[in-house]
Amino acid sequence: MAEPVSVARNVIYCGVCTLPPEYCEYGGTVKKCQEWLEKNHPSMYERIWSPEVLEAATASLSLEAQERAAKDAKKKAAKAEAAEQKHAQQLANSVITIKRIERNKRKYVTSVSGLEAFGLELKKVAKDFGKKFATGSSVTKTPSGGEEIVVQGDVSGEIEEFLLEKYKDIPEDNIELVEDKKKKASAG
Amino acid sequence: MFKKDLGASPKQKLKSSIQRSLRNSLLSTYPLLTPHIDEVLPKKLSLEQIKLPDRVNLYVIEGQPLFYQQDGAGYLVPHLRLVHRFPQAFPTIRIDRGAIRFVLSGATLMAPGLTSKGGRLPEPKERESEPVAEGVPNEGPDEEGRWSRELEKGEPVVVMAEGKEEACAVGLLVAGTKEVKEKGKGPVIEEAHFLGDGLWRLNVE
Ligand SMILES: [Zn+2]
Repeated sequence: MAEPVSVARNVIYCGVCTLPPEYCEYGGTVKKCQEWLEKNHPSMYERIWSPEVLEAATASLSLEAQERAAKDAKKKAAKAEAAEQKHAQQLANSVITIKRIERNKRKYVTSVSGLEAFGLELKKVAKDFGKKFATGSSVTKTPSGGEEIVVQGDVSGEIEEFLLEKYKDIPEDNIELVEDKKKKASAG
Repeated sequence: MFKKDLGASPKQKLKSSIQRSLRNSLLSTYPLLTPHIDEVLPKKLSLEQIKLPDRVNLYVIEGQPLFYQQDGAGYLVPHLRLVHRFPQAFPTIRIDRGAIRFVLSGATLMAPGLTSKGGRLPEPKERESEPVAEGVPNEGPDEEGRWSRELEKGEPVVVMAEGKEEACAVGLLVAGTKEVKEKGKGPVIEEAHFLGDGLWRLNVE
């Protein structure tokens, strides 16, 4: 007997609002969703946002329903914009600290903290660092109860470059490089 | 049901006996999944459980949400991402275009959104096509999207939408579809899982 063929569909989801793109119109980020779709799936964009389709869609609603829907969409967009502004403000005030720490004489580790404010998942980023710099990299708890990534070796500069390259919404000014000299005679 | 963002417990691997019984109950609720069950629940991968608020358990495999269950009893309800992968395996009804935005904001799905011109409720009829597998009931939608069997109160159902390809919600019927057609008013699904809700946004990786 032949192997059963895989039938699971692979559905495309919007890179902005995460819904199937045909439902983007109900979120508050329609403009951004459209830009994303046009860039990433142009044929799907044509199908969903062509003038004919839009016309057919509104034709099936009563005038009153159209007006209510339009009002609703406006409200949602305003809400989404306010949320985005707040988010942007938060990002502007968040700092990522890359610290070079001397473990032994001329042996370093690099700690990176503050990434979570930019919506990054520490475990995943730690893995990326490990791969990128071919070195040990893990998430560890900080004494203050938070978490940070500790990478073996002195890779502060490389990490800064990597972050700026890969995550475009981290402003360069929000990354600070610091150095933590080993204190003499400390235990450990 | 999941209108707000959800706090989730860490993932917990399930014993193979529990995995087996979930597999059986999934198949008895959704016999149309039979041909695809090894793809939904690959035998080599282990099923994990995440506890959500309100005594809901979510089941995931390899970071993919599959289905949830409330109170450890009752029906397993598919996560919408699973519905999107295997749409043919779940009974459906369809809402008209005007009802979409209400459902996506977490409102109770009401009968008029289904009885209108753009809506679709089941229409029992003999099917010409063969069943999808031996011993599996022969049911499915017609060309117009009307399911071939009336759905009972309490049954899980997937909600499609006029003019859309993908499902927008899933939930348990609080009224049988026959009754919905007869009365033409009242709630049909009260606590749905819908696109963009807390369950949809929950990161299970
Ligand atoms: Zn979108």
